[in-house]
Amino acid sequence: MSQLDAKIPQGPLESKWSKYKANQKLVNPANKRRLDVIVVGTGLAGSSAAASLAEMGFHVYNFCIQDSPRRAHSIAAQGGINAAKNYQNDGDSVYRLFYDTIKGGDYRAREANVYRLAEVSNSIIDQCVAQGVPFAREYGGTLANRSFGGAQVSRTFYSRGITGQQLLLGAYSALSRQVGLGKVELFTRHEMVELVMIDGRARGIIVRDLVSGKLKRFSAHAVVIASGGYGNTFFLSSNAMECNGSAAWQCYKKGAYFGNPCMAQIHPTCIPQHGDQQSKLTLMSESLRNDGRIWVPKKIEDAEAIRAGKLRPTQIKEEDRDYYLERRYPAFGNLVPRDVASRAAKERCDAGYGVGTGQAVYLDFAEPIQRLGKDVVTERYGNLFQMYEKITADNPYETPMMIFPAIHYTMGGLWVDYELMTTIPGLFAIGEANFSDHGANRLGASALMQGLADGYFILPYTIQNYLSDQIQVPRFSTDLPEFAAAEKEVMDKINKLMNIKGKQTVDEIHKKLGQIMWEYVGMGRDEAGLKKAIELLADIKKEFWTDVRIPGQAIDLNIELEKALRLADFIEIGELMAHDALDRAESCGGHFRLEHQTPEGEALRHDDLFAYVSCWAYQGENKAPVMYKEPLDYEFIERTQRNYKS
Amino acid sequence: MDKNINIKVRVWRQRSAKDKGRFVTYDLANISQGSSFLEMLDILNNQLIHEGEEPIVFDHDCREGICGMCSLYIDGHPHGPDNLITTCQLHMRKFNDGDTITIEPWRSAGFPVIRDLMVDRTSFDKIQQAGGFVSVNTGSAIDGNAIPISHDTAELAIDAASCIGCGACVAACKNGSAMLFVSAKVSQFALLPQGRTEAARRVKRMVAKMDELGFGNCTNTRACEVECPKGVSISNIARMNREFIKAKNKD
Repeated sequence: MSQLDAKIPQGPLESKWSKYKANQKLVNPANKRRLDVIVVGTGLAGSSAAASLAEMGFHVYNFCIQDSPRRAHSIAAQGGINAAKNYQNDGDSVYRLFYDTIKGGDYRAREANVYRLAEVSNSIIDQCVAQGVPFAREYGGTLANRSFGGAQVSRTFYSRGITGQQLLLGAYSALSRQVGLGKVELFTRHEMVELVMIDGRARGIIVRDLVSGKLKRFSAHAVVIASGGYGNTFFLSSNAMECNGSAAWQCYKKGAYFGNPCMAQIHPTCIPQHGDQQSKLTLMSESLRNDGRIWVPKKIEDAEAIRAGKLRPTQIKEEDRDYYLERRYPAFGNLVPRDVASRAAKERCDAGYGVGTGQAVYLDFAEPIQRLGKDVVTERYGNLFQMYEKITADNPYETPMMIFPAIHYTMGGLWVDYELMTTIPGLFAIGEANFSDHGANRLGASALMQGLADGYFILPYTIQNYLSDQIQVPRFSTDLPEFAAAEKEVMDKINKLMNIKGKQTVDEIHKKLGQIMWEYVGMGRDEAGLKKAIELLADIKKEFWTDVRIPGQAIDLNIELEKALRLADFIEIGELMAHDALDRAESCGGHFRLEHQTPEGEALRHDDLFAYVSCWAYQGENKAPVMYKEPLDYEFIERTQRNYKS
Repeated sequence: MDKNINIKVRVWRQRSAKDKGRFVTYDLANISQGSSFLEMLDILNNQLIHEGEEPIVFDHDCREGICGMCSLYIDGHPHGPDNLITTCQLHMRKFNDGDTITIEPWRSAGFPVIRDLMVDRTSFDKIQQAGGFVSVNTGSAIDGNAIPISHDTAELAIDAASCIGCGACVAACKNGSAMLFVSAKVSQFALLPQGRTEAARRVKRMVAKMDELGFGNCTNTRACEVECPKGVSISNIARMNREFIKAKNKD
């Protein structure tokens, strides 16, 4: 398939979704019982989708790799979720949320999808409140809001710094209700390892039971991938250790296109790396930038003295501090979007003003503590302060936090149309696993919004349009040759890995992969570096397939084998990211092509050349992937250079 | 300042729930005190793989103290020798050069061992599936602000809802009681107006499921509260008991 049809409904922006819903095909309740849907993943997108589909009457199989759906990494989101409620009467609207999201995505997202996201945002809040999600409240009993990076209105709903946890537990409770009722069959500690296609449609999956190591087959009328992002390609990232891109990658290898793989978001407020024994990075919520002020020393000799341990940050006088975000972006100040904040921090550190190891800047709460009092600061950010202190042994009430950008969220993912269906009929992708709503820079508090929008309010409608044609199709036997072939393919791969018996552990090779990715395919990229990365990645791939060492047995609980299967895919994902980054000779979002910047050092887009989604199609082992373009027609808004200065 | 230390770890190795377990002692050199406890185990596992042994199996995921996946009974404490943290937040600066650290899986009949330090906590999900939710379908909710909730009540509900389901409370309890976990969920909904209509049914079903799964009862020793990484208070247990008695009185 080379013709991409995004299936965007005709007509004005505001009525596309309601028009779609009014005209889509439905499945009647008696028929829903006869249709099975597989949902892979139990994060915000997966559990909300599984719960909603089961409520409607479909029979759902739901899988997660952890011991409980409640552990999905959505749980770690801290700051909040956006909605266009305008409860604060500060001029917010669906259009403004749409506009901010499009602009924050550097005009590399689809207008129709983003508008729909803004449109359903309000229902998400209502749904969560009804489920008993405890959002922060004003003294009058109404819902509280705070502001977040990239927005000039207060539209972010939150529960302290544990919003992701509360939203996920809300979706998990809805899912638990359906599991209890027998409408969802839940499989924990099961990992999808292959997609099964029958007559060109997605009809099932092969999963590996992580406790027994056995492969199992599941068939269904449709498959929904909600398995999150591939940020762990970088080894060090803010992702949970188990986050991986394998489920989506198997779909890509079976013919689903991969959209915008190079677009990975960099989060500006991460606790800096401390040493080479480190396994992952920890984020501090972006909400900290509401009150915290970011600075580095103005004088290079002060920065040097701090790095040498001769000066403490509290000894630097006010006039010797460079609040560089407030200086450069007076209108947004410390609340500029994530990519701008990240790049500015890297710029200061590269120029020699970094603190700590040199790869860190300060996030200072001295002024808000003085202005608001320690109690207010504790109520707003207490758990984050505690977390910071446990990790670094520094008390942020007394000395400024140190932060540095880190890989956080991947905006690329399986290409989907307006119905969230991939290029494989019957295969859907939702949440972080798809590419669709964030463009080149997901703003804060919008990932939670997308996960729940897809799972609660979009997929449950659009999937019916597909399933309505499937009501005559009886349930599939997993004894079909397609299942046997898919299972054999997986077993062959596992056996191959087990038989390498090399010298390096999976983690050792993964660290090397991460270094290449961060160095050449990270925040700053250029053509020469990307070409070099492609060569280095080919070497790593060879190294992995000839020298990895996996102890234990194939059909058994085997944590090293789990990691190896994922790493095999991360290496290939890294290659595709590098190819995509090389193609995209412009700077947009967190993706900064060093050759393309304005005289002031800001990102320089080339709308005339790159206003498209790059959609990569797999061509087979050791063959270069082919790219198709989905043009991004901006029908309703005008693209402008992003400006956070005035 | 953080420095590098040498330690010994005594680790519980057990092939499966049916097999007999034993302690094995391993030496570790040059561990940065800035490393987390789980990073120390990563280093040990790397060492074991190079020596041709199988790595130690333990549960972990987010490594940010929120997913509730990590467990470990360390020197006699769930999540180790520090307050209000999960094992992934424990750092090696809590230990000294030359220390021997004892690491065991969660100890409770309700959490059978899967392998080594990994245990089965699906019983928590089963309790939640029995009634730990508000029965509301997607898509029909009224405006969020139509249900006003006082600031202080919302804060109390968040306190209860901040439970991460790690199971430290069960592991710490001499009765193997899951009441802190169950009461946290019951409290969250008992405090909020949503789902009030099914409050009686909820508490009865969750308590019945908890009993059925073999968890013990609370005898107010407060070990759970002390070891809870999120500081969930046993006042939630009192609230659950009140809810339970109220529900029973209606029968």
